[in-house]
Amino acid sequence: MANTRGDAGRVEQGGSAPKIAVIDLWKTFAGREVLRGINLEVDAGESFVIVGQSGAGKSVLLKHLIGLIAPDQGHVIIDGEDLTNSDAARSLEIRRKFGMSFQEGALFDSMDVLGNIAFPLMRHTRMSGDEIAARVRQCLALVHLEGVERKATSELSGGMRRRVGFARAIALQPEILLFDEPNTGLDPITSGVIDGVIVEMREHLDVTMVTITHDMKSAFRIADRIAMLRNGQIIATARPEAFRSLADPYIQKFLAGEPVEEEVA
Amino acid sequence: MSAEAVPRSPWTALFERIGRHSLNVFEEVGRFFYILYNTIHWTFRRPFDIREWVRQMVRVGVDSIPVVGLTAMFTGMVMALQTYRGFARFHAEGFVASVVSLSLTRELAPVLASLMIAGRIGSSLAAELGTMRVTEQIDALYAMATEPIHYLVVPRVGATTLMLPPLVAIANGLGIFGGYGIAVGLMGANPIMYWDKTFQFLDLNDVFSGLIKAAVFGLILSVTGCTKGFFTTGGAEGVGRATTSAVVMGSVVILVSDFFLTKILF
Ligand SMILES: Nc1ncnc2c1ncn2[C@@H]1O[C@H](COP(=O)(O)OP(=O)(O)OP(=O)(O)O)[C@@H](O)[C@H]1O
Ligand SMILES: [Mg+2]
Repeated sequence: MANTRGDAGRVEQGGSAPKIAVIDLWKTFAGREVLRGINLEVDAGESFVIVGQSGAGKSVLLKHLIGLIAPDQGHVIIDGEDLTNSDAARSLEIRRKFGMSFQEGALFDSMDVLGNIAFPLMRHTRMSGDEIAARVRQCLALVHLEGVERKATSELSGGMRRRVGFARAIALQPEILLFDEPNTGLDPITSGVIDGVIVEMREHLDVTMVTITHDMKSAFRIADRIAMLRNGQIIATARPEAFRSLADPYIQKFLAGEPVEEEVA
Repeated sequence: MSAEAVPRSPWTALFERIGRHSLNVFEEVGRFFYILYNTIHWTFRRPFDIREWVRQMVRVGVDSIPVVGLTAMFTGMVMALQTYRGFARFHAEGFVASVVSLSLTRELAPVLASLMIAGRIGSSLAAELGTMRVTEQIDALYAMATEPIHYLVVPRVGATTLMLPPLVAIANGLGIFGGYGIAVGLMGANPIMYWDKTFQFLDLNDVFSGLIKAAVFGLILSVTGCTKGFFTTGGAEGVGRATTSAVVMGSVVILVSDFFLTKILF
């Protein structure tokens, strides 16, 4: 398996192997290099936040972590197991460890809200109908949505869709959670609610989270570590307090919300 | 186009186009067999989603009865009308019934029903899966450790393949009934004679060959529709393209494979 290969050996060594390791990840779409040699490690129980400008490749990177996109080059290693080299059946197994909320919700429009959040529970647990309904209600309450179970997804506002997607991601209480901009487009209060849920889950030592956000305030609230993605490369990774004082002029401008002259690839 | 300094000869350009086109064709064929292979592979795996199978069978089968029935009935009627006029020229009116029943069961009912279903179901499969693709619902299935081919494609292809033979059986019945109505009611054929002649040359094998064809066509059109939907790119416009080409490709492949099925198997 993975440990027969040289570069994965690096991951195995030491007492605390990272939950997620990304090694030299490259991806090109239609001649445009979107990811250009990404390396990162996320430890078990860590809340890792990726920030960066729109179009920097954040969503593409997140989709690589769960194997929705295959890289042109490089490896994604989950619990020491190479997701990139796994066959279809094995990668399905590995994905059971994950929950993911998508930037646009990606709710099943053939089902109502209840059906959406119940979906992973019905697929992967033996819970009874009542237990599922209770779990769904609980997840919806966490994101401050109540009594919407029977609504069609088309009746929801953008922010509600995103919160239902978030609830669906956490329903199974997976080991690894990937959130693609969970609080974009939410008002400050509701956005704070989502942050609160993430912070609370961070207390559980066995939940590893990777969150993408534009919102630096939220990043500082929820992160154990923050990484800055720029033009397909991670230009800095640091703990929140250290991240604030990084000298990189681009990061300083990003933090201050000042315009930068971007060299568009 | 490219900003090359050297002007290319028109021949190079032509060959390039031919080359790119054949690559596309290979890609399409490859995708079709990818979906077909995986559909078969996943059909016999747990969990079996009985509710979804039933839902799809109703959608493909029950809901298609009116359009398929109407098509078959009028085909039978027009067959009787045409052959009666033609056969009357050499006093062979007696064989109208046989011609109608044979051509319907062997050829017309399976092909026409399948073409109607390609329009009705092939297109909606492509639109449905295409929309799910461009709105990342298919990615969401993967993310929830659910193989989309297992969850989405298997029940749809299975239901279409299973429902086409019964639909064609209904079409056979209504087509023969339509032919009978025209021959007896309008052209004054002897009802008992007509009924006799309908079954005189009709072998059970004729009916079976038509039903087997129907199942194959059902498989082809549903896999085509699902393939087009599954590999949709380019937003709403892409969904539109997928839908159109699901119908066009599905129909063409049905007609081409009909020839070979008829020639080789029956
Ligand atoms: N499936 C795809 N096919 C082609 N190009 C793609 C695809 N997915 C992403 N891209 C391109 O990759 C680049 C990065 O996209 P990505 O969605 O990762 O950005 P992002 O950092 O998430 O931005 P945002 O903050 O706006 O969501 C974009 O230029 C986009 O056009
Ligand atoms: Mg994004």
